[in-house]
Amino acid sequence: MEFADLIRISRCDRVMLQRPHHPKLDGTLCITGHHLIASSRDNEPQELWLLHSNIDAVERRQQGMTGGILWLKCKDLRILQLDVIGADQFAKVADTIEDLIRVEEPVLQYPFFYRAMYTVLEDGWTAFTPESEFSRLIQPGDDWRISYVNKEYKVCPSYPSAVVVPKNIEDGDLIAISNFRQAGRFPVLAYRHEGLAVLMRSGQPMITANGKRCKEDERLLNSVLAREKRGYIIDTRTQNLAQSAKNLAQSAKLRGGGYEPEPHYPNWRRVHKPIDRHHVLLESLTKLMDGVNDTTSGTDKWLSRLESSSWMNNIKETLNCACLVAQCLDQEGASVLVHDTDGMDSTLQVTSLAQIILNPDCRTVRGFEALIEREWIQGGHPFATRHARSCYTPSTQRSKANSPTFLLFLDCVYQIHAQFSCSFEFAENFLVLLFEHSYSSQFGTFLGNNECEREAMNAPLRTASLWSFVNRPEVLPKYLNPMYEPNQRVIWPSVAPMSLQLWGSVFLRWVVDQGPQEAAWSVVRELKERDSSLRSRVARLRRQLQDLEREAVEVGIITPSTEEVTMTV
Amino acid sequence: ICDTYPQELYVPSSAPTKVILSSSKFRSKGRFPVLSYLHKNEAALCRSSQPLSGFSARCEEDEQLLDCILQSNPNSMYMIVVDTRPKINAMANRAAGKGYENEAYYENIKFHFSGIENIHVMRASLTKLNETCQLVTPSMGGFISGVESSGWLKHVRSVLDTASFITNSIMDGISVLVHCSDGWDRTAQTCALAELLLDPYYRTTHGFQILIEKEWLSFGHKFTDRCGHIQGDAKEVSPIFTQFIDCVWQLQQILPSAFEFNERYLLILHDHVYSSQFGTFIGNCQKDRIDLRLAERTYSLWGFMKAHESEYKNPLYRRDSTADVLRLNLCPQSIRFWRGMYNRFENGVHPREPLGDLLAATTEHTQALTDQADFLTKRITWLKNEMERKGKNSSKCSSDNSYDNKIIDGEPQQNGDVKRNSLGVFGTQEVEASLVSVGALTVTDCIDSGHSLDKLSPNSNYGSYPHSKGYSRRSLGQILSYQSNCVVSDELTSVALDWKTFRNIRECSCSTPFDHFSRKYHCWRCGEVFCTRCIDKKASLPGHLSQQPVPVCRPCYKDVTRSVSVDTP
Repeated sequence: MEFADLIRISRCDRVMLQRPHHPKLDGTLCITGHHLIASSRDNEPQELWLLHSNIDAVERRQQGMTGGILWLKCKDLRILQLDVIGADQFAKVADTIEDLIRVEEPVLQYPFFYRAMYTVLEDGWTAFTPESEFSRLIQPGDDWRISYVNKEYKVCPSYPSAVVVPKNIEDGDLIAISNFRQAGRFPVLAYRHEGLAVLMRSGQPMITANGKRCKEDERLLNSVLAREKRGYIIDTRTQNLAQSAKNLAQSAKLRGGGYEPEPHYPNWRRVHKPIDRHHVLLESLTKLMDGVNDTTSGTDKWLSRLESSSWMNNIKETLNCACLVAQCLDQEGASVLVHDTDGMDSTLQVTSLAQIILNPDCRTVRGFEALIEREWIQGGHPFATRHARSCYTPSTQRSKANSPTFLLFLDCVYQIHAQFSCSFEFAENFLVLLFEHSYSSQFGTFLGNNECEREAMNAPLRTASLWSFVNRPEVLPKYLNPMYEPNQRVIWPSVAPMSLQLWGSVFLRWVVDQGPQEAAWSVVRELKERDSSLRSRVARLRRQLQDLEREAVEVGIITPSTEEVTMTV
Repeated sequence: ICDTYPQELYVPSSAPTKVILSSSKFRSKGRFPVLSYLHKNEAALCRSSQPLSGFSARCEEDEQLLDCILQSNPNSMYMIVVDTRPKINAMANRAAGKGYENEAYYENIKFHFSGIENIHVMRASLTKLNETCQLVTPSMGGFISGVESSGWLKHVRSVLDTASFITNSIMDGISVLVHCSDGWDRTAQTCALAELLLDPYYRTTHGFQILIEKEWLSFGHKFTDRCGHIQGDAKEVSPIFTQFIDCVWQLQQILPSAFEFNERYLLILHDHVYSSQFGTFIGNCQKDRIDLRLAERTYSLWGFMKAHESEYKNPLYRRDSTADVLRLNLCPQSIRFWRGMYNRFENGVHPREPLGDLLAATTEHTQALTDQADFLTKRITWLKNEMERKGKNSSKCSSDNSYDNKIIDGEPQQNGDVKRNSLGVFGTQEVEASLVSVGALTVTDCIDSGHSLDKLSPNSNYGSYPHSKGYSRRSLGQILSYQSNCVVSDELTSVALDWKTFRNIRECSCSTPFDHFSRKYHCWRCGEVFCTRCIDKKASLPGHLSQQPVPVCRPCYKDVTRSVSVDTP
């Protein structure tokens, strides 16, 4: 397929673009294979470059023969209005955009055409190899090892080629277990807290109606607990799913999902913590954005929409579950296994949030990137599928697999960030950056659904990585938190409803101008910079003075204070 | 004429007294239209109570007064009368012989109802909000719908909306007359807020105090009745001032750099409006306060606030970064629930690392370091100069020095002489050099007169040298050895280079626990963290050039002043 076939009109004059917080733009629209470019030729030239992949939905209103209005609803939650003159032109522009945003062929995506115009100091594709990352978790001689059983991505297509498993479980056993767990996702290590309690994740066990068992699976889980008393299995499936699993109702029987029966896993206690996923979450986001974009109705209506969207409730439940996991690991020293159905959504949210709470490394820029890479990108969160459509797509055109899971995770991180504003090395805008790039980007980092797919399209060689862009010294300072002060402790966020707030710089930024808030942050940055430069100046002056004084003592201008020592004692 | 008005009032100079007298008879409680604020563009903001118009009554003098107000503004052909009540309430009042201005009688006025509910609705609303805040384990949905059903945010928004409407009219050069029923509740709120928006002066700490004095205290907001200071009619109690404070907080949230004072200022102010600890807010109007002789018999809150000024500074305040007149986008999404106020005493729900306090500490730290840097630079320049001179007449100096050393055995009087000699020798030198000599002289003089050194006040004979005290202090440190010119290690350590972080400090050394609301303080000398009661001492540090007394902890105070005991207050 050629882009030329889709582009029915590549240039269109006299269009009027309206976008939030900007004056109207009157000028020319150009459509290329990947971009929509609007530019004015006024005295103060304005330009807008928009990736087609950022457009979630197009709404059109034809106005007779004079033209029409297009609303471009973007995945970064912005809404643009485009007035096109001439019915024919209007139809062509609208059709072209609609076709271009439906191009789903991964290798036709922009990252494969984008060439980084800067020298890459450290390639983000190789910066976080499993070996180097896992070396933080396990030492030689531990009870854990790196297994390459999934090297060909045959045992579990959504897992990376290298995973960490207990040492006493052979690769053959892993293959057996992968048949027992949904999507082949056998239990793997996610994190070890203080070298003891372990956090694992997996898919749900497929025990089917006749109570199928898997000896290897039982051995794996029970061996983890060998030296401990208890472990917890946190089940994040929503109530009805798990209920049906519990009663082994007809539907679940057919699908074969279930839960670990206690007699076979004697030291594991199951805890049920339902978290909404998939389309339920997307509907929640849709309702939220409906409320946000309606600025004219009253406060009551806004609040009732905020409530009925239950987005805030999702945040609360997710954080709550993450806190529970962290508590098991930290307070009880107990091991935890987290799973939902296939272990690619709420499981990842919970395991990664628990690590942010527990592990100070994850609160640094590098550590957070490693966490995203390890848990989400290599961990097989299907970004391509989940982010193919967002909340502006009419519900009839969505698939049940579209979901803003990653956004919810980022929002939870934001909530912790807001409560511990000095414990994170990165600033809030880093999270916004990740949100935007996870939906639409010139970088290949969030392409595909898993490592297997990225390998197949050769993404690491053909595309640039977001990490190599953002870690450059010219770029990174913009995303650093001026208030950062390393905090080695576990941070326990509050999950009380009044402690959680709507994330303004994602959800409200196109509606309410966030300029004053950003300005305030630059004041913060300024204050902090001044303070630290003063600090080093004082330290330098002190040294200089001491040297001078030593010299002065030698030549006899001043005398050394011999009594100094005795006085301070 | 009107016992709830202050003694001095501003009215149009063109209005004769007779007109004012008749107008006051026509207005409820005699509160005739008076000037509240005159903007640069000559548009006036006036306030009054409702006219006693009933269904058909009219008062020509009142009409004349309004006309005078209109005439005083040459820029507009008409003026706007804002009735802050909902129209239906105004109609109801009409039946009681009150009501609103009839547009047919008053020439050139435009009428506007802004629909702020009355004091009873506000009281019920806040009660409901408080109930929501006190739910034991609220769910997210329950909390949001509780906030919604209380309607508090809606009311806050309507007040802000009205203020914003007034602001816009004034900016368009149109004079505005605001009234509600009696002109002391909603009128006070909206006028005060409009002035906050219009004039940057009112956004400073001092200006805000003037604003409260003017709009609330002078114009007779019934603090005693509304706050329920003494047992009275329960129907008169209403959180009108609380609501105003909440509105100001909303503005602070929307524009973080616009206000000189911070959230804590608002909370303390709010506390003391209710506490009656200070006389400022006692009584219903100025007449009451004069009758009670409050100025003689009580302390003023403003004095207390002034003494704690540093606590209330907004570190983000930038006078030049915000426009003089604030224009607001008051969509429902930008009005937020004020956790700091309504959940103030629940420690768990607040951010663990409060940004404001940390930034305030940073600014103070910067201040301390600047002072020390100045000191060090000065000292270094002096030493360098000395060294150069030393090179020139080395023989003389060395003889001086040896003489100096000989005297160490005793005889303070002689020491003084030597110093005077050295003053003679270096008499024509730069100030820095002489300063040290002066410092030395101070020491000897004190010994002569047998005074305790602690009593040496910075304003003694040597006060003409602003820096002398520091040097004298340093000399004090060395008095035992009689070495006036020695290494200044004391000065170096007298200013803490790093301050201890607030993080993980749960109680002060006096074992007073810190809660979210209590501000933590740093000792400027040792950099440790203390509570407000343990840091009541102020001393000037030898390492500071300006010699301003700065907060120090008690052990440091002892050290610095060399006093044996520290009185506990």
